[in-house]
Amino acid sequence: MLTLDAKIPRVPIEDAWTTHKNELRLVGPNNRPKYKVIVVGSGLAGASAAASMGAMGYQVECFCFQDSPRRAHSIAAQGGINASKNYRNDGDSTWRLFYDTQKGGDYRAREKNVYRLAELSTAIIDQAVAQGVPFAREYGGKLANRSFGGVLVERTFYCRGETGQQLLLGAYSALEEQVAKKSVRMHVRSEMMDLVVVDGRARGIVVRNLETGEITSHAADAVVLATGGYGNVFYLSTNAKACNVTATMRAYRRGAGFANPCFIQIHPTSIPASGEYQSKLTLMSESLRNDGRIWVPRDPDEKRAPADIPEKERYYYLEERYPRFGNLVPRDVAARNAKDVCDKGLGVGPTGYGVYLDFGSAIKEKGSEEVISKYANLFEMYERITDDNPVETPMRIYPAVHYTMGGLWVDYNLMTSIPGLYAIGEANFADHGANRLGASSLMQCLADGYFVVPVTIGDYLSRHAAGEIGESHEHFKKVESEIESRLDSMLNIGGQRSVQSFHRELGKIMWEHCGISRSREKLEQGLEKIPALRDEFWSNLKLPGGRFEFNRSLEDAHRVADFLDFGELMCRDALMRDESCGCHLREEFQTPEGEAQRNDDDFAHVAVFEHKGDGVEPERHVESLSFDALPATTRNYKT
Amino acid sequence: MRMKLHIWRQSNRSDKGHMETYALDGVDPDMSFLEMLDHLNEQLTAEGNDPIAFDHDCREGVCGMCSMVINGEAHGPKPETTTCQLYMRHFKDGDEIYIEPWRAKAFPVIKDLVVDRSAFDRIIQAGGYISNHSGPKPEPNSIPIDPDVSETALDAATCIGCGACVAACPNSSAMLFTSAKVSHLGLLPQGQTERFERAQSMVKQMEEEGFGSCRNYAECEAQCPKGISINFIGRLNADFLKATLVQPVDRRGKMEAQ
Repeated sequence: MLTLDAKIPRVPIEDAWTTHKNELRLVGPNNRPKYKVIVVGSGLAGASAAASMGAMGYQVECFCFQDSPRRAHSIAAQGGINASKNYRNDGDSTWRLFYDTQKGGDYRAREKNVYRLAELSTAIIDQAVAQGVPFAREYGGKLANRSFGGVLVERTFYCRGETGQQLLLGAYSALEEQVAKKSVRMHVRSEMMDLVVVDGRARGIVVRNLETGEITSHAADAVVLATGGYGNVFYLSTNAKACNVTATMRAYRRGAGFANPCFIQIHPTSIPASGEYQSKLTLMSESLRNDGRIWVPRDPDEKRAPADIPEKERYYYLEERYPRFGNLVPRDVAARNAKDVCDKGLGVGPTGYGVYLDFGSAIKEKGSEEVISKYANLFEMYERITDDNPVETPMRIYPAVHYTMGGLWVDYNLMTSIPGLYAIGEANFADHGANRLGASSLMQCLADGYFVVPVTIGDYLSRHAAGEIGESHEHFKKVESEIESRLDSMLNIGGQRSVQSFHRELGKIMWEHCGISRSREKLEQGLEKIPALRDEFWSNLKLPGGRFEFNRSLEDAHRVADFLDFGELMCRDALMRDESCGCHLREEFQTPEGEAQRNDDDFAHVAVFEHKGDGVEPERHVESLSFDALPATTRNYKT
Repeated sequence: MRMKLHIWRQSNRSDKGHMETYALDGVDPDMSFLEMLDHLNEQLTAEGNDPIAFDHDCREGVCGMCSMVINGEAHGPKPETTTCQLYMRHFKDGDEIYIEPWRAKAFPVIKDLVVDRSAFDRIIQAGGYISNHSGPKPEPNSIPIDPDVSETALDAATCIGCGACVAACPNSSAMLFTSAKVSHLGLLPQGQTERFERAQSMVKQMEEEGFGSCRNYAECEAQCPKGISINFIGRLNADFLKATLVQPVDRRGKMEAQ
C-alpha cells in the first residue's frame, strides 16, 4: 500500500526550505565514505548530483547508457536558464519566479517545492559561473539576460543557443573531477535494467553492460534516478533517440508511485516529419513566433506554392481566433490549433501535417537584413534540414512532444514512495505542474542535483547502517535471472516485425489517442489498441543477434516493452482526469470559447498510480494540493 | 534514390573487420544520413542479417555521439555538419558511399562503426575542470569578463567531443580537442589558478592515451563539425611552454582539501 507523506514543512513558504534543512539529520564527513550512493543517469540532474555527493565524500557509482556522461540529452536545450537575480532591476524576485512557475503549471504543482526551486535559482548561476560556464555578457562584462516565454521580466541566462550544452559540460567537468579523485566511479554504456528492493527499501540496481551484454548487480545504501522524461513513448519527439522510460517504469513496477503520467508538453514549433522514415523531430526556437505569421490555405485542395496564394485566401487562424495575442498565444494553445486546422484537411507539406510560419510581412516591414540577422542560426538550421530558405518561402512547422511534467512521485526530500529511492530532474513530477515554463527545465535539474538531493539524502542515510545488503544477497541473483529470462524470451520470439515498427506504431496510437487533445472516446480506444499491440510485440517480435554482444535492437526492445506498458498508464491517467489543465486538454472540458476548463473542486491534486501486478488495473491515489501562499486563478489569453 | 554502400563490419574488439557492400533502394533525398542507415538496418533485420552498429543519440548535432568517416571525411562532405545533420540530398542517385569508423589507436573499434572514446573522458579527468564543490559561490557580476573573451571561451567550449579531429588527423592527434578545453577554461578568470598545471597534465594524459602529436596539417579544423579553430592549439602550445617556465619547483608536495 502506497503511503504519500509529502513531508512538506509546516512553516511559511519563505522559510520552508531553510527550516527544513535545519531539521534534517546529516551524515558526518568521517562517515560519508562508508555510504554508497548509486546515481542512474548523467545529464544535468545526474551529473550534478553525482559530482556534489562525490565531493562531499560519499562513494558514488554513476551509470549512463551513452559512451560518455557528456552525451546526455540535457545537452540539446537551446534557450536558457531562469534565475531570479533581478539584474535588470525590473521587479524580479524569488516570489515572482515562484508565481510565474506555479501559474504556468496551471496550479497542479506543490507550492513549497516550486518556491524552493525559485529560491535556489540564483545559486545555480553562481555555481555555473564558478565552473567556467561562459554565459553571455554585456559590454561592461556583466551577465546578460533575455526574456522568455510570456513572463514580464528578463531573467533568462544563456550561452548563444547552446545553454544546455554549456551547463551540461559544466556539470560533466565537475563529475570528471570527482572521477579523477576516485570519489565517483563512472560506468558508461551501462543501462539500468531493474531496481532491487529488499524489505521495502531500495538496495541497488541490476545493470546490463551494453558492449558485452553482461548482467551485473550493484548494491548501494541509496539509489538516485536521474533518467529523464518519457517523451519517446510517442516515438517521434524532440528527445534523443535513446531516451526512455525504463528506469522509472521499473521503479514503478517495484512499488514507486508514478505521478501525473498524462502531463506532457507539446512544443508548437518543430520541423514537421517529412516521411515515414522520420526518426526524430527537431525543435525551432519559439522566438520565431515574434516575427512569423502562422497560416494555412483556406482551400483544402490548394495546390499552389505559398507565395502564389493571395492574402485573402490565407487563413491566419491564430490571429483570427485570438486577436489579442495572435501568433504569440501560449505553447499549448498554438499546438492545439495547429493540429485542429490540419485535422480539418488544411495542413501543408508532403504529409499534410504542417502549417506555414511566414516571415514575409516582417521582411516587408523591417527589411530582410534585420529579420535574417535576428534569426540567422535558426534559418540556417531550418535550411540545413529542409533545403528551403525561410526568407524566400514560408517555414513549415508542426507541434512535437517535447517535455514530460509527470514522473515518479517524490516527497519534499525528492524521495519516491520507496524508501532510499530518489528521483531528480525530469524523472520526477515535482515542480512543473501541468505545464512547464520555458527555460525552467535546466533550472530544476540543477537545483535538484547541486543543492537538494545532496542534502536531503543524508537524512535517510543517517538513519540506516552503511552496507547492510551486498550484491551477494539472494534478491540480487533473483532480479538478475528475471532480467536474463526476459531478454532471452524477447530474443526467442522469432516473429516477423522489427522493434522499430512496434515503437512507431505505439507512437502513432499515443499521438492520436493521448496527444494534444484527448477525449474519453479516443482514450478508451487507445486503451484497447495498446494491449493488442503489446500482445503482438510479445508474439511477433523479430530480433537479430544474441544477448552477449553489442545489440542495439535488443536494447531498443527492452525499452519499447516498457513504453508499451507505460503508454497504457498514460491513457488511463488522462482518462481519469476529468478536467483540462495546463497542457492536458480533454475535449469534454472546455469553455464555450474552446479554452481549457480546470476543475479545482475535484482535481486540485496529484494523481499517483500504484502498480498492482501485470494485467491488473493500477490503483489511483491522490495527494491533495493546497494553494495557501498563492490562490489559484484561471488563465485567459483571449482578452 | 539507389545507393551502393561500402561499410566497415567488425563484430567485436578482437575481430579483424572488413568492408562489406550493400545495395539500398528507396532512399529519399530528405532522409538524414542516419535515417538512411536506419532504413538499411530495417532491411538487414528483415533479411535475418545483423544490422550495422553505429553511435547516435540526439540527432540534432550537439551530443557528439555520431561518428563515422564518410567517403574519407569525418562526418562526410558538408563542412561544419555532424553526420546526423547530413542529408541524402547531398548525394546523387547511384552514388557509392564508403562508411568507416573513426580510425585511431586511442579509439579502439567496439563494433562496426562504434568506437571507444573513453580516452577523451580521461583527458578531461586529468584537468579539464575548475576545481569546485557545490555550494555558495561568489556573485558572478563581482568578476566582470570582457564579452569578447567570454565569446572566445564559448567558441572553444562549443566542442562536442565527437573525436572527428582525431579521425581527420593523419597523425591521430587529439590536440584540437585538448586545446579547446584548455583554452575555454584558461581564458576565463575562474580558470586561472589551475591554468598552467591543467595544460601540462591534460597534454600528458593525451600522450599516454596514444594520440599522436600535432604537425599542423589543420585537417582537424577543416573537418570539425563545430568549426573549432586551430588557433586554440596555438594557445595550448603557449600555455604548455609557459607552464614549464612558471611552474615552481615542487618542494611542498600537493595538498588536497580535507
